[in-house]
Formats: sequence, structure tokens, C-alpha cells
Amino acid sequence: MDDKAPRPSGGSGPSGTTFVRMIRKQTPQPRWGGRRYTRARLSLSDVKRRWVSRFGVFFLYCLTFLAVTPLLGIFIYIVNKGIPGLNRDFFVSLPKPVGETGGGMGNAIVGSGILVSLTSIIGVPWGILLGVYLSEYASSRLARWLRQCIDQLSSIPSIVIGLFAYAMIVVWTKHFSAWAGTFALLIILVPIVARTTEEILKLVPQHIREAGLALGIPRWNVTLFIVLKGVRGGVMTGVILGIARIMGETAPLIFTAFNNQYGFSGLNQPTASLPVQLYTYAISPFEEWHQQAWTGALVLVGIVLALNVISRILFKKSEVRRD
Amino acid sequence: MSTLWQKDIHRGDRLFQFVLRACAIAAMVLLLFMVVNLGYRSWPAFKVFGLKFFVSSDWDPVNDQFGVVSFVYGTLVSSALALLIAVPVSVGSALCLTELAPRRISAVLGFLIEMLAAIPSVVYGLWGIFVLAPLMRETVQPFLGKYLGWIPLFSGPAYGVGMLTAGILLAIMIIPTILSISREVFFAIPRAQREAALALGATRFETLWIAVVKSSVSGLFGASVLGLARAFGETMAVTMVIGNRAEVAVSLFAPGQTMASVIANEYAEATTDIHLAALGAVGVTLFLVSWLINSTARAIVSRSERRGGAGGR
Amino acid sequence: MCQGRQAFVLLANGTLLKGIFMKLRIRNCLVALTAAALLAHLPSTGRAEDLLITGAGATFPFPLYSKWFSDFQKADPTTKINYQSIGSGGGIRQLQEKTVDFGASDAPMTDEQMAKSPAPVVHLPMVLGAVVITYSLPDFNSDVKISPELLSDMFLGKITNWNDPRISSLNPTLKFPNKPLLIVHRSDGSGTTAIFTDYLAKVSPEWKEKVGSGAAVKWPTGLGGKGNEGVTGIIKQTPGAIGYTELTYALANQMPVASLKNQSGEFVKPSVESVTAAAAGSVKVIPEDFRVSITNSVGKGAYPISGFTYILVFQTMKNPKAQAFKKFLDWSMGEGQKSAPSLHYSPLPKELVAKVQKRIGELKAE
Repeated sequence: MDDKAPRPSGGSGPSGTTFVRMIRKQTPQPRWGGRRYTRARLSLSDVKRRWVSRFGVFFLYCLTFLAVTPLLGIFIYIVNKGIPGLNRDFFVSLPKPVGETGGGMGNAIVGSGILVSLTSIIGVPWGILLGVYLSEYASSRLARWLRQCIDQLSSIPSIVIGLFAYAMIVVWTKHFSAWAGTFALLIILVPIVARTTEEILKLVPQHIREAGLALGIPRWNVTLFIVLKGVRGGVMTGVILGIARIMGETAPLIFTAFNNQYGFSGLNQPTASLPVQLYTYAISPFEEWHQQAWTGALVLVGIVLALNVISRILFKKSEVRRD
Repeated sequence: MSTLWQKDIHRGDRLFQFVLRACAIAAMVLLLFMVVNLGYRSWPAFKVFGLKFFVSSDWDPVNDQFGVVSFVYGTLVSSALALLIAVPVSVGSALCLTELAPRRISAVLGFLIEMLAAIPSVVYGLWGIFVLAPLMRETVQPFLGKYLGWIPLFSGPAYGVGMLTAGILLAIMIIPTILSISREVFFAIPRAQREAALALGATRFETLWIAVVKSSVSGLFGASVLGLARAFGETMAVTMVIGNRAEVAVSLFAPGQTMASVIANEYAEATTDIHLAALGAVGVTLFLVSWLINSTARAIVSRSERRGGAGGR
Repeated sequence: MCQGRQAFVLLANGTLLKGIFMKLRIRNCLVALTAAALLAHLPSTGRAEDLLITGAGATFPFPLYSKWFSDFQKADPTTKINYQSIGSGGGIRQLQEKTVDFGASDAPMTDEQMAKSPAPVVHLPMVLGAVVITYSLPDFNSDVKISPELLSDMFLGKITNWNDPRISSLNPTLKFPNKPLLIVHRSDGSGTTAIFTDYLAKVSPEWKEKVGSGAAVKWPTGLGGKGNEGVTGIIKQTPGAIGYTELTYALANQMPVASLKNQSGEFVKPSVESVTAAAAGSVKVIPEDFRVSITNSVGKGAYPISGFTYILVFQTMKNPKAQAFKKFLDWSMGEGQKSAPSLHYSPLPKELVAKVQKRIGELKAE
């Protein structure tokens, strides 16, 4: 019956191990040395099962390899390709005209920074308040509808959001502008923040709210400064993940924030962003631009990963962890 | 005096609730506005082409003939390909990471893969153009063409970019998504279930199959559908490697076009009203389809969570 | 009872105060964030009176324009011209939506588009360029000759391999590899496409009937790339590919260009001279509004797929942008024309420059 010792690992923890050991102590163990014994116990179908199991496990390891290789490959490739272009110029210079060497993505880095911070300033409070509303006042019919709406907003492909923001803001104001880009990014950020906030607030035990209210503290104070404050680490996790997400969005910016080869020139003007610049450079035929694209990719990935790691640490630190 | 305070307290509450409600209504109005706006903009296309829009594969800006079929086909085929590759790979490796691999390795790899889910799609596209496409053109496609060329799916010239490349790139992009969710699903399965299978004499693989995979089918399904949703809406990476050609071609080597990529390519540049409306209509179609997929996935995942939730998650 | 109540009130009061304090802290954070965002861009903003003029459109002249705008800014530091190459179709469309200050296109607007425009649009030819047939055949360094018929058959999908006898009959001295011939075309609305298809429709009745001409057409075969950049990129990346791009894109990337048979039966390589010859051949037929196609020109030594590239502006622009932009346009007709050949664009013929300058003078500012 035995597959070469069913060694429980990973998923089945210490209790599983002791359990199996207990069983093993009670039953005589077929050993590799006891050949006759084994042969007598293992029928043909058992041998088959054993091999199927071995093969299956091997196959699973292969699949893991298959999943991990390209992903890590991409990462290593980007680092390799990107590092040669990484210098001070890349971060501070403006792009040079085609055919001239040098220049950098200063415009795009500043532009991305502005788009993202503007979106965060508006979107984070909005998203958190939405989350609070969903979790704390969820009994009303409005809240049920709201949850539906937010889910739908978050399922809209980003290109469609770009299309909408163009039709709404750009055509209306007659300007490609940082505002239009912000508007598009907002539609992506707000649902993410709202839903994570809601999920995390749901984990706060009811008695904390009751205790606060019982002291006669107004409900809004209880909500904001007791309930929400208690889980601010978790909320920040959602916020940072959302910011990391909008940091890398290209599709909604192509026809809203557009692009600008000069530095930031006002919120009413076209604004460059790292992902859009990356896209433009990637599909171009110019070698220098390719190099810049790789370096841009490295910087972008670096920022996004750093944000992710920060959110992880915050989440670990935050007191309300599940289980 | 006391009444004064009380009044103040309630005012704060009312104000707060007002602000919250305003936020909520703003979000809902935004969605409503979006739907109405998209509908309004694409209405001319639906009016002119009617049902033909959904059954014609003709996309001819010169003669103002527009049909969405080739893009729907492109989206469906590239996403299906991606799923076909990504689901076995990511479910298998999730299984391996949760059940077989040493705990430390599993934790590190799991963390890394979750990080990779956050890499922006334009970066995947960049890699696709410069690494994947040449690889496909020089090695993979000639190989497939040589040995499987008799199947129409693998016939035709090796462009490098095309449906197959897009499918593979999408697969790589959605693997982290599916893998992480599958891991969560497997973690949620009670330990006793595995022990029971082992105790009954199941081999290691049989344990995995019977106790773990079989009882989390609906969760895995949900994970796959969420992956599918990401593949569906994906724009930039696909635009960069799919070849951008409105055509329903049997061969997977042939270039294609998806709903998202046609909007990215043509929306800023369409000059006639009907072309614009048609692109808007493509957007509406994409909107509806992804909404459908997402709500299905969400329903399934939440149902399986409720069932598996007994384990404490 | 009353005392208890007071205690509650006190407590609530304290929390309230704390709440207000917290609120202040949050506000401080926000203010700090805003300030940081504003500060972050200060160094690169430059002076407040700087003018940013936004234009979008053709990818065809983008290398030249990016040089022009950069040079012009050096000459006149207060004016920045932001140009994004999104395709000629995009240039026309965004101008009509009034989302940009000027558009750029290689294909003149059609009468229908002119009629639909919210305000009268002026076409100003800037330079001439050639649409070249470029290809990528590794280890193959000779120049390929192509006839119009062959070209249209290639793009109709009738020729699928480089060893097709029709290619070798035009190039008897060359040995072509057995490689699939892959067509690359534009995926976006493009003036380059308009010039190219205009030419094909002129030389091939079958093309005219099956595909027609325009900024975006329904291609019988091939891959789509976004912009001249995208097409060049794909051809460069794909051995066996052939497609059409602007001359500069091919030359800047060390890609071979094919000689094309013109109306007088000579095989002509695209170059600044052969394009100028094409313009010289048709300068007499150029109408007042400059909207003209000069493909398949009759002139001797004329490269047949040449065209003007235009900047599109409204007849009336708003000040101060109008003044600044007029200054740029004047500059482009003088200094600008001189730097065109270095990037393989052909300057406008002398007579035409005078006409365009007159037209620029007529632009109104309000």
C-alpha cells in the first residue's frame, strides 16, 4: 500500500506527522530491505499506483518549474537589460530628439509622480470613506447597490476606462491633461481601496464599536478614530496595493494624460507618464529608445515591487490579522 | 447645557453620514454616467449595423463596414489559449507549493510569485516584443510547424507575433493570479481531510487528488475565471505582440486583434463618426463580457469560500 | 443622574477634541503631500510665462519635427512645442475635437472632413518625404528592384515567398532565399498608408477595386504595426518581412530600401533628390489650398511614392499661442527647411515656400 513513506510536509503540519507516526508504530512497516515481504504485499495495481504517484509528484514539480522559470526569467532579464542605462541622466533629463544620444525619462518620472499623487490625494479618502460606508452602514439598500456598483467599476477593462475619460474630460475641456489622466486612474483606484477597506473593517469585532458607543462617543468618532484607526495598517495595505496598480497603468493614460516631452507644465496640460513613455519607446525602431525602455521598465518594476513589499510589511505589522 | 452637547454630537453624525452618502452616490453616478456615455457614443453603430455588428467580421474603415466578430474571436482565442496553458501550470504548482515543497521554499516562491502579479502589463509587453516574439519565430513556431504543421492550427508562416504568442504571454501574466488564489483555496482545506485520505491508504498523489483537488474544484474554477477576466481586459501587452490584424484565421501563428487592442490602436485616430461609434460599441461589448465573467467568478469564489470557510479562513 | 450625564459629555468632549486633533493631523498629511507633489515638479516647470503648444499627428515627419521643436526651443526658449506622433488620422481627429493646438498629417483632409470641421482648417506643407519599401532579409545586402504590379500583388497577398519567379525576373542577378514573404502594414489611421494606398490604387485597378485608398484600409494580408515606428520595428525584428515606412525610419535603422519603377520606366531609389524631382514635376498642379497627391509623378528621376507632409491649423488661432506658433511656422520655412535634408526629408521647392509663407501671413490671431 505504501508509497515510499507518505512524508507529510508543507500543508500537513506537526499534528499530521504525529498522527501518521502513530499509525506506523502500530502497523508492521514494509521495508525496502524485506523484499519478499514487499512483493507479497504489493499487488500489480499497487505497483502501478506507486508509480503513478511518483510520476504525478514529479510532474507537479515540473509544472512548478514551468511556472516559475518564465516569471523569474522576465525579472532577471529586465534587471540585466535595464541596469546599463541606469544613471543620473535617466532620472533628471528630458528626452532628446530622435537620433541624438543621451536624454532620459525625467519628464515621465515626474509626470507619473504627479498623476499618482494627485489621484491618491483624491482617491484614497474617497475610497476609504466608501469602504467605511459599505462596512458600517451596509444595511441600507443604497449600500447593497453601492457594492454592486463598485464591483462593476473594478471589473471594467482599463482601456474602456480610458475611452470614457477621453470622452468625458478631454473632449469636454478640449485638453489632454493631467486631470483627465487622474480621472481615469481614480476609477481604477477607488474600487480597490474601497473593497479592501471594507473587507478589513469587517474583521473588527462588533464589541469594539459597541464599547465606543456605550461611552457616548458619537458614531462618526467611533467609526473614524476607533474602528478605522485600529486597522489603519490593513487599510494602508490596500491603499498601497492600489497605488502600485495605478502606477503601472498604461491603457487609460494613452488618450487622457497623453504625453509630453517637456517637464511638467501644469495640471491642465498633457503630462508624460512612465508606462506610456515605455510603450512609445518599446514599439519604436530606435536602439537608444529601446535601452531607455528597458531602464524605464526596471525603474517601474522597482517602484511597484517596493510598494508591494511595503504593503506586506505594513500588513504584517497591523494588529488585525486573520486567524 | 447637556442638550447643547447632544445636539452637537448628532450634527457631527449627520454630517459624517452625509459625506459618506455623497461619496457613495458619486461612485454610483460615475458608473451610471459611464454606462450611459458609452451607450450613447456607440448607439450610432448599433443603429446602423444592428445585429450585423455582432455577426460580421468585416472591419473596413474605408467602406465604413464594421463588425466585431474578428475581435471577439481574437479575445476569446487568446484568452482561451492563455487559460489552457496557465490553469494546469498554476494549479499544479500551487499544489506543489502548498503540499509538497519544503515550507521555506514554498513561502519564498509564493511571495515572489505574488510580487510578480504586480508587474505592470506594459513591462510584460516589452519583454514579449524583444524576447518572446523572436524566440517564437526562431525556435518554437518552426518546430511546431515542422512536426504539427499538418494541423491547420499550426500552419502558415512564423511571424513571431500573433495569436499563439499573445496567448503564451497572457498565460505568463495570469499565472501569478491563478496561482495565488489556488494556494489560498488549498490552504482553506481542513488538514483532517488529507490525513483521512492518507489513513485510508492513499498514495501521496492520490491524497492530493482526492482530498485536495477534488474538494476545491469550485474554488479553482473561480480562480481560473478571475485569471480569464484579467486576460480579457488586458490591453497593452496583447497589443504589443498580437500583430494587430482584423481577421478570423484558423492558424494560431496568424496575427489577430482583440477588442481591447483595437480600441488602443484606433480610438485616438478614427476620423469618421461611424468608425468612432463602432469602436465605442466594441468597448461596450468588452464591458458587458468582462462584467459577466467577473460576476460569475465572484459568485463562484464567494460560494466556495463560504464552504471552505469552515477551516477558519 | 445629572452628574453621570456630565461625565459622558466630558468623555465625549475629550474624544471630540482628540478627533479634531486627529483630523488636523490628517489634514497636515494631505497638505504635506500636496506640497510635495507641487515641489516635485518645480525644477522642471521652468518659468510660468512659458507657453506649451500641443500638437499631434503624423508619425511620418516625427524625427524631423522632434528636431525642429527642439531647435526652435533653443532659438526661442519661451515656447515649447509638445508633439506626439499618434498617426495622421489622429492628428486630423484631435484637431477637429480641438484637443490639440495643431495637427499634422501626411494625407490632406478629405472634402468631407473639411466640411465637418468646426472651423476652417489650413493645410501648410512643411517638407516632402518618401514612402519606401523596406524589407529584412538577413545575409542579403543587394538592392531589390520592384515594379508597381509586383508591389500591388505582394500587398494583395498573391506573392508569399521570396523565391517567387516574379521577384527574381525583375532582379535576374540576385538569388533570393526560400523564405516566406511577410507583409507589414500600419494598424492605425495613417497618412503614410494614405500615400501608399493612393499610389497602389493609381497603378493597380485590382487594388483600387478590392482595397481602395485611405488612411486606414482593410488589408488583404499581413501584420499591423502602430505608427511608422511600430512598422519599422516589426520589419526589423522579423526576417522575411516587407513593408512601407517613411525614408528616415528605414535609413536611421540601416534597413535596405527597394528601388521602384516610376512612370517613365526607370528604377528609382528613394532619396532627397528623387523626391524633390517628384515635387518639381507636380509643382504646377498644386492648388491654392495645397491639398494634392503627388504620387506616381511623371517627372524624370522622380520617386513615385512621395508626398507632402502638412501641419494643420485653424484659420483663426487664439493669442498668445497664435503668435508663438506663427513664429515657429516662419522659422520652419526658413531655418527649418535647411535642416530637412540631413534627416532625409526634401525641402519644399522655392516657389512653394513663398506661397506657404504668404499663407502663414494670412493666419489670424484673436
